[in-house]
Amino acid sequence: MENQLFTISVFTENQVSLLHQISMIFSRRCLNIESLSVSACSIPGVHKFTITCCSYRAMMEHVVKQIEKRIDVLKAFLHTDDEIVFQEVALYKVPTASVLESNIEDIVRGNGARVLEIHPEYTVFEKTGHTDEITELFDKLKVLGLRQFVRSGRIAVTKAPEELVSDYLDRQERRRQDINNE
Amino acid sequence: MSEKITGSEILIRALIDQGVDTVFGYPGGTIMPVYDRLYDFTDRIRHYLARHEQGAIHAAEGFARASGKPGVVIATSGPGAMNLTTGLNDALMDSTPIVAITGQVQSALLGKDAFQESDVVSVMLPVTKWAIQVRRPEDIAPAVARAFYIASSGRPGPVVIDIAKDAQTNMAEYKFEPCTFIRSYDPDPEIPEQVLSEAAAILNEAKRPMILAGHGITIAKAEEELISLAEKADIPVGCTMLGLSSIPSGHPLNKGLLGMHGNLGPNINTNKADVILAVGMRFDDRVTGDTSKYAPSAKIIHIDIDASEFDKTVKSNLHIHASAKTALSKLLPLIEPQKRSEWVDSFSQHEEVESERVMKREIEASTPDGKMLMGEVVNKVSEAFGHDAILVTDVGQNQLFSVRYFKFKSPRSCISSGGLGTMGFGLPAAIGAKIGVPYRNVVLFVGDGGLQMTIEELGMIMEYNVNVKIVLLNNNFLGNVRQWQHLFFNSRYSATPMVNPDFKTLASAYGIAAEDVPHRDNLDEAISRMVAHDGAFLLNVNIDEEDMVFPMTPGGHGVDEILLNSKEYYKPV
Ligand SMILES: Cc1ncc(C[n+]2csc(CCOP(=O)(O)OP(=O)(O)O)c2C)c(N)n1
Repeated sequence: MENQLFTISVFTENQVSLLHQISMIFSRRCLNIESLSVSACSIPGVHKFTITCCSYRAMMEHVVKQIEKRIDVLKAFLHTDDEIVFQEVALYKVPTASVLESNIEDIVRGNGARVLEIHPEYTVFEKTGHTDEITELFDKLKVLGLRQFVRSGRIAVTKAPEELVSDYLDRQERRRQDINNE
Repeated sequence: MSEKITGSEILIRALIDQGVDTVFGYPGGTIMPVYDRLYDFTDRIRHYLARHEQGAIHAAEGFARASGKPGVVIATSGPGAMNLTTGLNDALMDSTPIVAITGQVQSALLGKDAFQESDVVSVMLPVTKWAIQVRRPEDIAPAVARAFYIASSGRPGPVVIDIAKDAQTNMAEYKFEPCTFIRSYDPDPEIPEQVLSEAAAILNEAKRPMILAGHGITIAKAEEELISLAEKADIPVGCTMLGLSSIPSGHPLNKGLLGMHGNLGPNINTNKADVILAVGMRFDDRVTGDTSKYAPSAKIIHIDIDASEFDKTVKSNLHIHASAKTALSKLLPLIEPQKRSEWVDSFSQHEEVESERVMKREIEASTPDGKMLMGEVVNKVSEAFGHDAILVTDVGQNQLFSVRYFKFKSPRSCISSGGLGTMGFGLPAAIGAKIGVPYRNVVLFVGDGGLQMTIEELGMIMEYNVNVKIVLLNNNFLGNVRQWQHLFFNSRYSATPMVNPDFKTLASAYGIAAEDVPHRDNLDEAISRMVAHDGAFLLNVNIDEEDMVFPMTPGGHGVDEILLNSKEYYKPV
């Protein structure tokens, strides 16, 4: 039962209290959420939570079922890194003076970063990538006197051709029609 | 356009449209508009005033479990709502349909620590199937429809509707549409044909199959299907505590109670079986003991309406995601008729040992001072009601003895706090059960500890003349804890001796007939008087405090490692 990083995607209705309903399932089991990102997904009215958590597979499978059991949750899925394409975004704020003294081109080109804003006082870089890539740039900019740093939660899409929740929604739509025809 | 009515009236009309005629509750500031409307509908809805909100919700649970209908409970905000928490958790653990309606402070005051404001939805989410706050009168009827649908479909459970006071007093049009579908919820999943045929093949090939019957059978009203399948394939049945009345006690294939204090036969043979068909049960740790030693030679087929139960504590080879009724009725035609006499008979050697070594000394007890044993009392009371009463228990030795020694003829006859083990459940649940099914006898077995946790509900019995028979198994101890102290804590009886009131006088103060039974010689006649009495009755029975529940599988042991008494493990020959 070795721990590894899992990604859970949860599709829900867009309603009050869902974050609480999902997070309590983790806290009850003393599981730490590593990152969390929530927004509307490609299907109108459906929201998607992307959660990463370090644990063992049986525990994560159990958690996914517990999440799915909540009434307002449509469907939840468990992924390992090889099953998804994922990304994080980070913003770095560095004193402009020290940026000018360094090799900006190397920072931008060498790390696939972008400059978002240049101000006489500070410069803001943006980088999207995997956790370790973002950390690498963090280490480099730290030497330049990094003033602020923020990193988003992981976002991910699966390698499957469609949103995984579509099947479920189709099935439920058929059920709804059957019930109405009864 | 239809006329506008207050949110309170919308609530009450929606309850009536939902088929509700009985509610339990307790008023207070933020729910007063609802109580005021209720006053106009007393011909349609009967309100039972509990003496504590915990009593109200346990009564609603008893009502639901006996009648099969959702139980409704109403409370005020803050302390009223918080007093429901234990009952909601109890109902969640035991899959009991409860709709709890709580008052809430005015919307404008929410989040500002207003007088009697509690964050009800946040507190209740972990102990309910669903919870919602309503702030507008037009949202009340849809919330009620959704609440009842969620509470009573799929795996039933408790739901909360928290209604701000202004939503109760503001006006809206009333329109009621029952809820039959929620996009994010499928309480009636289809079973793939292939799963059914696989399950049938496994069962048809089995040499030593066993059925584990859980609460899901009672909930889905699948008793007939269970018995038909067991009989057709000659499969012995072991019952979980809450599954006990799903097959009559006297049925030759009913091999008794599973788990920690269950019968020897079904526990030993769980580990001999080659196939286990688990129906509407969740492999609770009190049933399985150490799961690493559980059913080592069995293929397990698990039927449950709640997909999150699959592989939760015990891995199954095949799971059928459906209600017990749907699954069993679809399996039945695929099952070959068979005789498995040798396997079925293999239970009897264990039954004989248990009868001889455990039950006899309990039932035919002879203590020198005439103090009685719980098993003996339960056995006699069960018999006095023709083994066909509804058993309600509290928690503790009284519960374990009564589920072991009480007998059942009809379904829906065993009401006990199984999952949460809530002391104080018994008295109000018995009251609710009797209100739910007035034509049946309801007998409560309760300890002196548990009775005092909700003893205020004697007031409900008094006010509403509820005919429940209360058998107080009074050992002047928190008996179950005492038993564990004796077995595992060197008989150090820390905080378990009880200094008790005079229960007979207490009952009399409520106008409830009562009798002390100090000595075994008085027992038979006292029971007869209790049965004959037309109305509630409390029998205060003098129980020997040394009495302990056996057999017992101590914590951390395998299901077949069973103590026959405090010193000796059972060694089957
Ligand atoms: C609300 C609650 N508090 C504590 C317990 C722990 N507990 C389980 S059994 C028991 C003793 C019950 O004593 P009594 O009601 O006298 O019944 P007996 O075991 O003697 O039959 C206790 C304290 C519990 N189950 N529920």
